[in-house]
Amino acid sequence: MQAGLRFEQLTNDEKHQHFMQRINRGEKIEADDWMPDDYRISLIRLISMHGISEIMGALPEKEWVPKAPSLHRKLAIMAKVQDEMGHGQLLLRVAEDLMAPLGKSREDIMQDLFSGKLKFHNVFHMEAPTWGDAGMIAWLVDGAAIISQSMMLDSSYGPYARALKRICAEEVFHAQHGESIILALAEGTPEQRELLQDSLNRWWTSLIMFFGPKSAKETGNSNADRNIMYKIRTKTNEELRQEFFTKYIPRIWALGLTIPDETIHFDGEAQMWIYKDVDWREFKQIVSGNGPRSQERLDLRRRSYDNNGWVREALAAQKAI
Amino acid sequence: MNTKTMNEQEQSALIELIYQLGDDDFILAYRGSEWLGLAPHIEEDVAFSSISQDMMGHAAMYYHLLEELGEGEADGLAHLRKPEAFRNAILLEKVNGSGTYLKKPDYDWAFTVVRNYFYAVYKQIRLESLRLSSYEPLADAARKIITEQYYHLMHWELWFKQLVTSTEEAKKRMLSAVGKAWKDFGGVLTLGPSYSEMVKGGFIEDENLLKKRWLNRIEKMFVETGVPPQGEPLIESGNGRKGEHTQDLADALTTLSEVYATNPASGW
Repeated sequence: MQAGLRFEQLTNDEKHQHFMQRINRGEKIEADDWMPDDYRISLIRLISMHGISEIMGALPEKEWVPKAPSLHRKLAIMAKVQDEMGHGQLLLRVAEDLMAPLGKSREDIMQDLFSGKLKFHNVFHMEAPTWGDAGMIAWLVDGAAIISQSMMLDSSYGPYARALKRICAEEVFHAQHGESIILALAEGTPEQRELLQDSLNRWWTSLIMFFGPKSAKETGNSNADRNIMYKIRTKTNEELRQEFFTKYIPRIWALGLTIPDETIHFDGEAQMWIYKDVDWREFKQIVSGNGPRSQERLDLRRRSYDNNGWVREALAAQKAI
Repeated sequence: MNTKTMNEQEQSALIELIYQLGDDDFILAYRGSEWLGLAPHIEEDVAFSSISQDMMGHAAMYYHLLEELGEGEADGLAHLRKPEAFRNAILLEKVNGSGTYLKKPDYDWAFTVVRNYFYAVYKQIRLESLRLSSYEPLADAARKIITEQYYHLMHWELWFKQLVTSTEEAKKRMLSAVGKAWKDFGGVLTLGPSYSEMVKGGFIEDENLLKKRWLNRIEKMFVETGVPPQGEPLIESGNGRKGEHTQDLADALTTLSEVYATNPASGW
């Protein structure tokens, strides 16, 4: 109690200093701990974006749930999409705790999604027109997600780090499920192989974009730098993208697939992958809600939100009794 | 009883019964999966998609029993049969509302809750009977399925109670959904034309007995929640146990088999 009282008497600068010392010692920050406003805001932005991406990410795969081409695949993709929804729920709970002191709730998250203020991952704005895409999303999009989420397993914010532990464990299964679909297609008929190559061609640019621009130069903001300072994350976008290349390019080649970038190669001297960069203005357009399927998917959620208004009212009335 | 000690009529009645069980779960699991991402809140999306996944698993178990009985591969049974070969009740194939799961889905949550609640009660009663089936592989499957079914029933019972006793609007929507489901629930309760052979073979109990148990339980809930009595459940849209179906089933099967049907022979 006394220590608590003393902390309350510190100036904001002293509190900030104390907070940075905790972070630098590797301590975890918990929901009720004092934290600088920009730390809280960064976390809310990151975690609500992550949570809502899991939820919006269920929509492209959902398109393939009923169509999955065997009972086994139907069960596997149903389990996967259910996991993603569960991740979304888990993350929104973490975000809600951070938002509570600001007087905000789940309702604000949903309204920000509908208005376009809250963005979701570029990959979930894209079309998924074939069964090959269902495999590609699970294999490479989830593979990319594992790489970017694993770096935050030791995040300075305890509740996020703990949620990610569970999420990453499940994502590994998803990537295996995706790899199994991909292998079946790769070993299948010429039409199936074509389906696969076609899907890789469609997803490659989105996968490069997934990790975000190389530096603040391309976006004009420095969220990533601040998040590194606060030990929310530990690696830059480009470091993560290079890790992704190192892990997946050899596997893609081993399947006999062609990466739709004739310049891509590993530079032994620079110890990095050289590749054709993407148009980051296009990326900005996509995540701003102007991707090929952005509005259609948002409409699905808006429509269900409107259609089920009476259910929310009925449940609220029950709680009030 | 095993297939060696069965006569031909008994075996065909057993097969007929398992088609009903598998197809009921298969089609309702599909209707559930269409709701994914559209449920009233995210917690429900998580719970409902888990239930749909369980039900699809139950359907797969039944199709594997049929495979063992010489009806062909389970995947083919799920993906290649014509609508008239399906034995599910028509109520379970009906669409969730207007629109499709991809375009403008105006789905009716009240109808979904009522249909799933009614069916979950019946499925529980049917499984309790099947646990004692003379066909051991079926009794085994029922014992496994019933452990999951218990939670499904709790889930839908809670939704039913909460909505039907809440706001005026919720009550109105729920009562209208009860009326709609009642008109065809008779189709779920029937075991179809070969039911007497099913009972004679000891595969399941008399359909009238199961129906009575269902009515008792539902009427008790109606009294508790103030829903007026509905009389005898009807079979208005046709008898799915005889292979009678609506366009809703044909459309669903086209979606369900879209990829598989492009090349059933290749690995997927």
